[in-house]
Amino acid sequence: MADSTDRTVLVHLDTPAQGLRSPALELLTMARGLGSVVAVALEEPSEGTLDQLAEHGVRELLVTELCGAPGADPHLTPVAAEALAAAVAASGATVVLLSSSFPTKEAAARLAHATGGGLVLDVTEVSVDGDGAVVGAKRVLAGTWDVACAVRSEPAVLTVRANAVVATPAPARSEVAVRRVAVEVTATATAARLVSRTEHEPAGGGSGRPALAEAAYVVAGGRGTLGDFGPVEDLADALGAAVGATRDAVDEGWVGHDAQIGQTGVTVAPRLYVGAGISGAPHHRGGMQSSAVIVAVNNDPDSPIFEIADFGVVGDLAEVLPQAAATIRAHRA
Amino acid sequence: MRIVVPVKHVPDIHSDRQLTEDGRVARGAEDGTLNELDENAVEAALQLVEALGAEGRASSEVVALTVGPVESEAALRKAYQLGVDTAVRVTDDAVAGSDVFGTARAVAAGIRRLAQDGPVDLVITGMAALDGLGSVVPALLSAELGLPQLALAARLSVVDGVAEISRDLDGVTEVLTAPLPAVVSVTDHVNTPRYPNFKLIMAARTKDVTVWDLAELGLDPAEVGEGAARARVVSSGPRPPREPAEIVTDKGEGGVALAEYLIRNDLV
Repeated sequence: MADSTDRTVLVHLDTPAQGLRSPALELLTMARGLGSVVAVALEEPSEGTLDQLAEHGVRELLVTELCGAPGADPHLTPVAAEALAAAVAASGATVVLLSSSFPTKEAAARLAHATGGGLVLDVTEVSVDGDGAVVGAKRVLAGTWDVACAVRSEPAVLTVRANAVVATPAPARSEVAVRRVAVEVTATATAARLVSRTEHEPAGGGSGRPALAEAAYVVAGGRGTLGDFGPVEDLADALGAAVGATRDAVDEGWVGHDAQIGQTGVTVAPRLYVGAGISGAPHHRGGMQSSAVIVAVNNDPDSPIFEIADFGVVGDLAEVLPQAAATIRAHRA
Repeated sequence: MRIVVPVKHVPDIHSDRQLTEDGRVARGAEDGTLNELDENAVEAALQLVEALGAEGRASSEVVALTVGPVESEAALRKAYQLGVDTAVRVTDDAVAGSDVFGTARAVAAGIRRLAQDGPVDLVITGMAALDGLGSVVPALLSAELGLPQLALAARLSVVDGVAEISRDLDGVTEVLTAPLPAVVSVTDHVNTPRYPNFKLIMAARTKDVTVWDLAELGLDPAEVGEGAARARVVSSGPRPPREPAEIVTDKGEGGVALAEYLIRNDLV
């Protein structure tokens, strides 16, 4: 069995140019428990990012430089996968950790495909078993079953759900060596062209709110809001939460579709989820059932969401949410 | 135009879903169905060929392809009800226990076999299967086939042999193009799948399904199945049910009760 100090763990950084957000810091925290940590940035890192890496005990940062095919953009996931494969080769990493967004999952799958490595998606825990195999644990079937998968070919590529661990700095700062890695991008990777990329406020964000996918607190609204998300936003702001929604509310055009929580939208697993005017259809439950604490507000006492809730209020959300928000603000004052 | 739509037979999400002892999704014919998100892929394919006019539609073919046991034919029957032209089932005991790589390899081999009978212009998949929710098989199909990948399309158009999609990620909208042939995955926002009409429902019962095994695809059984899987389930079990909720009925103080619950549990 390999000692954890012998194992090199490569951590992919989502937003090195802007500074790292909580999912990347959670990955670094998790990686420290598995071995020696090397980070990889597919874009030029900011000063702030380098400082965060030192705080988290990272020994080396690989910055990939794309050459070869014209139109090579790291936002194309086949290109990202080739850059990551070059970083795996340069670092000798046997474990690769990425966040669990749709594009990082695509890149992770293509990386494992190209390197012959094993893949476990959407994990909440990573450990090493008695034989030295990396094991990823996750919840499946809408959060109703636990599964653990052992990877049997290296590198072990795992995508990790946001909020799986609490990000904590290393006991001591590290000296981060920066190394450039040239990547010869193939023509196949650029066969699909990126015509445009338009950034907008992340889902659930706006007005200084955290992004939905990584928020520790989420307040979501459904059909029962009747289109007025004011009370939902009021409670979200009192709690410092992100705003989410059901498929229904999105289809009605009441909120942007990237605020959609559910198995085809964003999957959230926050410390606290509050669902208001949400019945709890399987589609929605599949995206929030792993939340630590579930609170429901609905005027129908027979709503299925009460079956999975820890605390529920049967009542009109337009009355209940503002009162709860005011009480929380008064408690904090 | 010739379009292949890989589809999957999955347990109904409204049923009580289980894993088997070896950690696979338990599948029975009785509560199995066409993966709902594959209906969007079938619809996208039909809309593309229908846009070619009567003549273009008649010379086009939409093929539904599934890899799975005999029961998975139920998914193909549903695809026939929606209006696909032909259906292929790849069934071989060696496929059981495949991970996402083995699955992609088998589906890709099926597509290559179809391409022997005539060129395939597009492969259109759903964004995920509602049992595993990995969402990566489209990307792996693209890698296996060496074709460009246009994943998670919320909008899809094909003009002059070039496919264009837009996809909405967290905080960013991307527009991508690729020359055909290409692998496209579509989200549930790309269209609203049609309801099957009575005539198609009746006809779907008796339509032929082509059945192939791995030998027909020229695929070595050692490349798929449990033996080839790069990860193995080592434990699985249902989570304990949650404690019954504490429910209060709002009589004017419901919001205060909610806030006090959060304060009591150190959430504020």
